[in-house]
Amino acid sequence: MTDAIASEPAAVRQSLPPAAASRTRLPLHWLGVAPFFLFALMFLILPTLYLVLGAFQNPQGQFTFANIVALFQPSIIAAYWISIRISLASAIIGALAGLAIAVAVVRGGLPGWVRSTTMTFSGVASNFAGVPLAFAFLATLGRLGLVTVLLRDWFGINIYALGFNILSFSGLTLTYLFFQIPLMVVIIAPAIDGLKREWAEAAATLGASQFQYWRMVAIPVLWPSFLGTVVLLFANAFGAIATAYALTGSSLNIVPILLYAQIRGDVLQDPHLGYALAFGMIFITGVANVLYIWFRTRSERWLK
Amino acid sequence: MKSSRIWAWVTFVLGAAYFFLPLIGTVEFSLRMRRGEYSLDAYRVVLGDPRFQETFLYSTVVAVFTILIGVVLVVPTAYWIRLRLPRIRPVVEFITLLPLIIPAIVIVFGYIRMYGSSSPLPFLATNRGADVLLMIGYATLALPYMYRAVDTGLRTIDVRTLTEAAQVHGAGWTTIIARIILPNVLIAVLSGAFLTFAIVIGEFTIASLLNRPAFGPYLQNIGANRAYEPAALAVIAFAITWGCMSVIQVLSRFAPKSANNPN
Repeated sequence: MTDAIASEPAAVRQSLPPAAASRTRLPLHWLGVAPFFLFALMFLILPTLYLVLGAFQNPQGQFTFANIVALFQPSIIAAYWISIRISLASAIIGALAGLAIAVAVVRGGLPGWVRSTTMTFSGVASNFAGVPLAFAFLATLGRLGLVTVLLRDWFGINIYALGFNILSFSGLTLTYLFFQIPLMVVIIAPAIDGLKREWAEAAATLGASQFQYWRMVAIPVLWPSFLGTVVLLFANAFGAIATAYALTGSSLNIVPILLYAQIRGDVLQDPHLGYALAFGMIFITGVANVLYIWFRTRSERWLK
Repeated sequence: MKSSRIWAWVTFVLGAAYFFLPLIGTVEFSLRMRRGEYSLDAYRVVLGDPRFQETFLYSTVVAVFTILIGVVLVVPTAYWIRLRLPRIRPVVEFITLLPLIIPAIVIVFGYIRMYGSSSPLPFLATNRGADVLLMIGYATLALPYMYRAVDTGLRTIDVRTLTEAAQVHGAGWTTIIARIILPNVLIAVLSGAFLTFAIVIGEFTIASLLNRPAFGPYLQNIGANRAYEPAALAVIAFAITWGCMSVIQVLSRFAPKSANNPN
């Protein structure tokens, strides 16, 4: 699109009347961003579009909804369902826990080093995902992990006998929280900083208790930021694969793992069904991000 | 006020427990290789493994090239948009956020279909081509972070005045970007670079699907086949992430604070 504009400056320049002289320089301006747009087109937009279009085509290249309809078979629905449940659970729990920690360190009257340490650590932990995170949780809550063993030896609680398994819904959710909570802290702390002291003082002057201040002032102001971050965390967990794959192998069939297996060996035995699977992922994370942007613009009304 | 401070401490301590138990658990597990006593055997085995050295070196080189691609792509673009095309900023910002919306596994799936060995642009026909595609994929993943870092850096300098001053002295665009703009946003660029490094060094999905001998797939392979070594590797990976973030923290102290040109 852009390079088409950029490649015809000479022709445009000569054909335009003098009145449009200021506009004739436009194509040269665009040349400066052409490499970026070319890169984005080739390595981000077109590859995605290729899959999206493929999702609506049959092997002969004709338009069809059959691939999308085929997504609604029990095994694929089950994969989407468990992915959505894990992402949602880790997003909501992560957001609540992250909010609690952020409020505690920003507004809880704790010493300054607590806040700076928490923020630094959150920056690290929110980026500590992938395969090593799976190792860490296996070493902690696996069958021979430190916490598992200590709970058994000290308190006589065998969490595996109680039905816990690190290779399951609850195990994976617990693991995802390790990057979800810090991400929430990093994103929501500035919003909590944005709560003006005057609001708390005004509320106190009017006789509000601390609880009433939070219920009627702080939470309504933070609410859009909170919801926005929940959907961001959701999308973050939904696309993640490395942690789950290293943790469970292919025993837990979440969508990214199914797609991974499909790319590796066409397990669905239909390339176009693979495209539809990818399209489904983009669709869900896309919807989540539209919601995020919407909540964000709402939150900026107060927190600016 | 007193009770709220107690609650703050309780919350903080609970949070700290959740985050420190896995770290302690991992360290402890990594030391258990020798029966009956703690030892550094797992680390010795891991660090002595030639596959570890090869894949780690490979991923380091890939990360360096990824950073270079990112800088060459992002710095001129962000600069040009601030200088001449502020109108299209929202569009470019949206594009740079796309890698957060489109999961990495989907992007690499698209690459495999579009740039396979029988396509017009057969990146995947040769090993070198696949290496390049891996770097490009990583540069795409890092785009949101790199662009934001550089754009924040540009905000603190007066792009227009610097450009005009350089032009008065006869500098061309390449000179302006390489010798005026880049040094001025170097700290921001370095922050983006270290974040890129932290993301790229252990990345699994893209490297594995492009069949590259990178550190991420090596980690996964060790995890599937060994007991104590994965814990040692997790400790090493955490240390690397921590190191990168610490460097960014230190760098941010040197970054200019004032925003004399907020738009």
